Amino acid sequence: MPKRSDIHKIMLIGSGPIVIGQACEFDYSGVQACKALREEGFEVVLVNSNPATIMTDPEFADRTYIEPLTTEILTRIIKRERPDALLPTLGGQTALNLGIALSDSGVLAKYNVEMIGANAEVIRKAEDRDLFKKAMKKIGMDLPLSFSAHTIEQAREVRLKIGPFPLIIRPGFTLGGTGGGIAYDEKDFEEIVTRGLFYSPTNEVLIEESILGWKEFELEVMRDHADNCVVICSIENLDPMGVHTGDSITVAPAQTLTDREYQRMRDASIAVMREIGVDTGGSNVQWAINPDDGRMVIIEMNPRVSRSSALASKATGFPIAKIAAKLAVGYTLDEISNDITKETPASFEPTIDYVVTKIPRFAFEKFAAADDTLNTQMKSVGEAMAIGRTFKQSLQKALRSLEINHYGYGADGRDAAFKEMDDETLTAELVRPNAARIFLTREAFRRGWSVEDVHDLTNIDPWFLRHMEELTAYEDEIASAGSLDGLRRDVPLFRQAKEFGYSDRQIAYLLQTSEGEVRAARADAGITPIFGLVDTCAAEFKAFTPYFYSTYGESSEAVPSDRRKIMIIGGGPNRIGQGIEFDYCCVHASFALREANIETIMVNSNPETVSTDYDTSDRLYFEPLTLEDVLHIYRHEKCDGAIVQFGGQTPLNLAKDLELNGVNIVGTKPDSIEAAEDRKFFQEMAQRLNIRQPRNGIAVSAEEAVEIAERIGYPVLVRPSFVLGGRAMAIVYDHEMLTRYMTDAVEASEDRPVLIDQYLEGAVEVDVDCLSDGTDSVIGAIMEHVELAGIHSGDSACMIPPANLSAEAEATIRDYTFSMARDLNVCGLMNVQYAVKGNDVYVIEVNPRASRTVPFVSKAIGVPLAKLAALVMTGQKLSDLGFTSQIVPAHHSVKEAVFPFNRFPGIDIILTPEMKSTGEVMGIDAQPGIAFLKSQAAAGNMLPTSGNVFLSVRDSDKPGLETVVRSLQELRYGIQSTSGTHKYLKEHGIESTRVMKISEGHPNAIDLIESASLDWIVNTPSEGATQRQDEIKMRSHAVLRGIPITTTVHGLRAAVNGLVTLGSASQMDVCSLQEYHEAIGS
Amino acid sequence: MSSDWNWRQQRDKSAYLALEDGTVLRGYSFGASTDRVGEVIFNTGMAGYQEILTDPSYAGQLVTMTYPEIGNTGINQEDRESRRLFLNGFITHSQNRASNWRSDQSLSDCLVAADVPAIAGIDTRALTTRLRDKGSLKGYLCASGALAEAEGIAAAREWEGLDGQDYASRVTCDDAYTWDEDGSLTRSWGITEDLPEADLSIVAIDFGIKWNILRSMRRSGINVHVVPATTSADDILKHNPDGIFLSNGPADPDAVTYAIDTVSHLIGKKPIMGICLGHQILGLACGGKRFRLKFGHHGCNHPVKDLATDRVEITSQNHNFAIDADSLDLSKVEITHINLNDQTVEGIRHRNEPMFGVQYHPESSPGPHDPFYLFDRFRAMIENA
Repeated sequence: MPKRSDIHKIMLIGSGPIVIGQACEFDYSGVQACKALREEGFEVVLVNSNPATIMTDPEFADRTYIEPLTTEILTRIIKRERPDALLPTLGGQTALNLGIALSDSGVLAKYNVEMIGANAEVIRKAEDRDLFKKAMKKIGMDLPLSFSAHTIEQAREVRLKIGPFPLIIRPGFTLGGTGGGIAYDEKDFEEIVTRGLFYSPTNEVLIEESILGWKEFELEVMRDHADNCVVICSIENLDPMGVHTGDSITVAPAQTLTDREYQRMRDASIAVMREIGVDTGGSNVQWAINPDDGRMVIIEMNPRVSRSSALASKATGFPIAKIAAKLAVGYTLDEISNDITKETPASFEPTIDYVVTKIPRFAFEKFAAADDTLNTQMKSVGEAMAIGRTFKQSLQKALRSLEINHYGYGADGRDAAFKEMDDETLTAELVRPNAARIFLTREAFRRGWSVEDVHDLTNIDPWFLRHMEELTAYEDEIASAGSLDGLRRDVPLFRQAKEFGYSDRQIAYLLQTSEGEVRAARADAGITPIFGLVDTCAAEFKAFTPYFYSTYGESSEAVPSDRRKIMIIGGGPNRIGQGIEFDYCCVHASFALREANIETIMVNSNPETVSTDYDTSDRLYFEPLTLEDVLHIYRHEKCDGAIVQFGGQTPLNLAKDLELNGVNIVGTKPDSIEAAEDRKFFQEMAQRLNIRQPRNGIAVSAEEAVEIAERIGYPVLVRPSFVLGGRAMAIVYDHEMLTRYMTDAVEASEDRPVLIDQYLEGAVEVDVDCLSDGTDSVIGAIMEHVELAGIHSGDSACMIPPANLSAEAEATIRDYTFSMARDLNVCGLMNVQYAVKGNDVYVIEVNPRASRTVPFVSKAIGVPLAKLAALVMTGQKLSDLGFTSQIVPAHHSVKEAVFPFNRFPGIDIILTPEMKSTGEVMGIDAQPGIAFLKSQAAAGNMLPTSGNVFLSVRDSDKPGLETVVRSLQELRYGIQSTSGTHKYLKEHGIESTRVMKISEGHPNAIDLIESASLDWIVNTPSEGATQRQDEIKMRSHAVLRGIPITTTVHGLRAAVNGLVTLGSASQMDVCSLQEYHEAIGS
Repeated sequence: MSSDWNWRQQRDKSAYLALEDGTVLRGYSFGASTDRVGEVIFNTGMAGYQEILTDPSYAGQLVTMTYPEIGNTGINQEDRESRRLFLNGFITHSQNRASNWRSDQSLSDCLVAADVPAIAGIDTRALTTRLRDKGSLKGYLCASGALAEAEGIAAAREWEGLDGQDYASRVTCDDAYTWDEDGSLTRSWGITEDLPEADLSIVAIDFGIKWNILRSMRRSGINVHVVPATTSADDILKHNPDGIFLSNGPADPDAVTYAIDTVSHLIGKKPIMGICLGHQILGLACGGKRFRLKFGHHGCNHPVKDLATDRVEITSQNHNFAIDADSLDLSKVEITHINLNDQTVEGIRHRNEPMFGVQYHPESSPGPHDPFYLFDRFRAMIENA
């Protein structure tokens, strides 16, 4: 049956900001869906609060709303747009939950909007634990013994029914398992159940028999309305049951099932999809298998496109989201052709002839207090995927793709710490799932522990362990060559080492030589990788999609064209500080260059992204972003140049070495990029250009640091050089703090100096994105931060246009920016950070490359900065491109950061120079205050329009507080405060209810939080240590309770401005990006 | 740590596969130390190598697995598809030791015990691409290391190949037998625990029958008496079966003239179902012609459309020959199923007599169970006859 003709306008909901559990994969799926639906002639209305997505580029939908993802706002958009249908299955759990909410509230019925893909009933059946269980029992599926509970008392009863610990606790309707966990004893049980009940929007937890240690599998199933079902991919988790699948190392296809076992799982998965009733689209079904007897139990099913389906798409080449969108509008699988083979239909099951490994990337270094044990609650912030002909290749490639300074499965000199571990600790750490466990298996094998030993500790299937054991043993085989010369003479051994996935870096380590030497020796020996094709069919049919991976074998399938071609080096796995924003820039570069008739070669290792969609670029290489891997591609393709300034720190770190190896870096030269990071050079440049800089110095020892700090005057900002996202950056107020920092936080040395800057207290921080073609420069935007300098710019809210900068300061900013762009010979993008005090402008940092704010600025001003930058790098001039002057829109745009605090109970949520946010949202409105409120709502910090505000503010923040509080009173909020703040307000004639501090007894702030009598918490961190501990507890409680919390006075001020503007209207208006941009044009 | 790594052997690459086009691919042996000629084909199934090894239809062939990691689940007693291994040789990229709770033998040990040569360390993707572009090729698998490459190429070229060859008579059972009288072979892991009463009985002509066909029949309440390929129509009818089944089998249907003859005497007498070679024989018995596919269909992911219902089923396939749609007398025979990849005939039915055949494998094993309904269809056909 062809597509439906009774619907014309379809609304699509995105997944909002990048958070743990929902990342770029939903931009990828959303982009595919938008393209597919528009290709079919449907009008698309898209809503997403995340400006860093490709899907919110105005050309991807007919109407794009960058608005908070709340039912109120969506209702307004529905009322305004009157779509015929809502497709909720492509925007993750967020979209699914909103779909249900809109259905339940009657909005969809009222406006006659049909839910397509999956309706509310289907979603509920899959997500509601009881309904799901009932449905599964009905079709004869085996389940772990389990019961649900709505209260802690019920939970205790249920516990007795199930039996001994451990028990698994899963809250209903939460994404990525938020609030869930494994209880090993009664204390855990009480704590996790309480948390789970709170997190579940339906106040429900499922308490379950433990199947910890069982094998875990996932199947990606697709179904059309004619009930044709296909399995796109099977995935086997290397980490057994007990670790969230998002935190597990996973491998595709399944490795340890016989066909008979696999087909049983396939039958069951299809039966599940039918019973749940997903009419069309993709679903993910998860299974656990008892390794001893094959008992198979169902874990869960997601009636939507998921992170796993993005992985499955990248692993097989089958575009699940695109096909799901087409199925939702009426096509059947056999009516859609397989893009890759062109001749065969989409109604088939991909078969692959390689092994895919996905490994999560964690950010525990950012959250020192967080528990890094992996459990059923997802904690990773990103992932890398690698394709190899064999599991060994695939695993080693995936490990080096993580960009955590490992160049494979050990043998890279990075495991010294593990060597030190005593056997007892090693045993414990193998039992406890954690991010380093994969490397610990190697240490165990090095100690002669057997596969059986390691299996007993980890429950990792012996099949995987044997490969790891073999890799460990093989290190000695490589080393047996004696020297690189020896290896060069033994070509079969050399080749075998490469076939086993060893990087040149590892071989260099094992033979005590350098990577460059190994590369040269390898070239001598004629050992170079070939490039295989991802073709969905294991070479059975000729494939047309240029999607490649490297391996070692007979002949390469990637035949280079003779066109002019540019390589774009992506950003690798998401991490805090480097995420979707950079992928956005890479994708834009690709789009722009393709339009300019230049062939684009994309290299990336992150399966979630749009950049790794096979039709984003002319050619896609799914490869680790290391010098070795990138050089292979560059040389094989004979590229004319490579772009390094769009993928964040990853390509920049490679830039110099690439250049030394003959790669033509287009745009700003690596020398300039490096120079800007070099403090000495930077200082000289500032002086030469007469640009004001905070006083600063570089210390290579603790003594020197003290000396410099005293010269500059406290407080000072300290940080190690060459870091990403402000790692280990701190504001230091005195000698003692500085000494502690120098000994605990960093190891200063000649190679790794520590930077010390005058800390400009009370200064406004400003970010500038600028585009330069080498001759002319144009400001993209000047962004004023809401929070003061000292908070990492990635964590700070910022607004366009600035609200509090004088014309003189802005003029200075422009002057400074232009002269630095000229001096650094910037060709492309440049980001500058300034601190502004009155009319004085200080330059803090210059980065001649794409910044995190490029997508936000582009959306705010309606100009695709990254696209223009890519064109500029190929030689075009800004004047040719028609971008000649700064655009200052009439509307207001606010970017707000989004944090993963709810994932790490007990950690402090206070913003510091260390970046902690995972994502961002954007609020746009004609009124600056409303734009700010929208940004807060979008970030999940829904500020109440009435109720009790609790204030506890440190002394330095008190001056001026009274005006804000007075506004709050006028808005009829109840004011509660702790002693100091209470006293201060009283002195300024403001009455408030005094609340005890935690140390003062009960009822204190935490009690009020627990009894739900606080609606908004304003708490700026105090300096004292004990007080700080109390506050951390309180803030963490507030986060877990979902109470909006504001931690800076500037944030409070901006919010109150918004609330005042909102006034009695109490509803926010919505407007599409296309309309905003049109207004700029006219 | 285990010390039985065979890295040096892997590097030495003393085994090779020589193709008739002169290509030689070197690797290492992991099966029997013997040499064998055969038709080199590739199978795209990712699991199910044990079923492939024991499927008699692969007789005469050197089977390449496109999935590189093979041997992962070892060999078990329940997943066999016949009494022994029938293929001439086995080609993989990598071979592994087993990790599976049902495994009781390693792949390598199984191959050695069956005297089947096997080679690993081959770029199977490059080989597959070659076969896709050139079509199936004759090959010589030298696992003994005893023959020079040039001689291996010559041996491959000299071999008569599978065209025009009757292999059914080589793999069929020696004597007739009744399948699984106590139900123990059918009632195996993952197939079924409860067997229905068998209230029908049929005769199956064994051209190389797979056990899962027999298990599927038994699961559908049908007892099966299996007879050798050359059994005459009269002898079959003597059993007065409720229906007749024509099994899958190796090589060229044109060469099985005796069976075509037998079947043409059976059509109309009893309800008949054919699978794979059995289906081809039905087509030929109805006057159709067969043709050789370039590189055959061997895998578990072939989409087939049931033209009556428009439903798509994902099927398991293993054949080099197919019935030419244009050769069929459509007034007599109806095409019921087509392959959506290349539009070839996947199923036929007689318009007037109770008879149907499918080119693919509804018994799967390996492969998806989507077309299992065909056994019920056969049963219904018998009941309505």
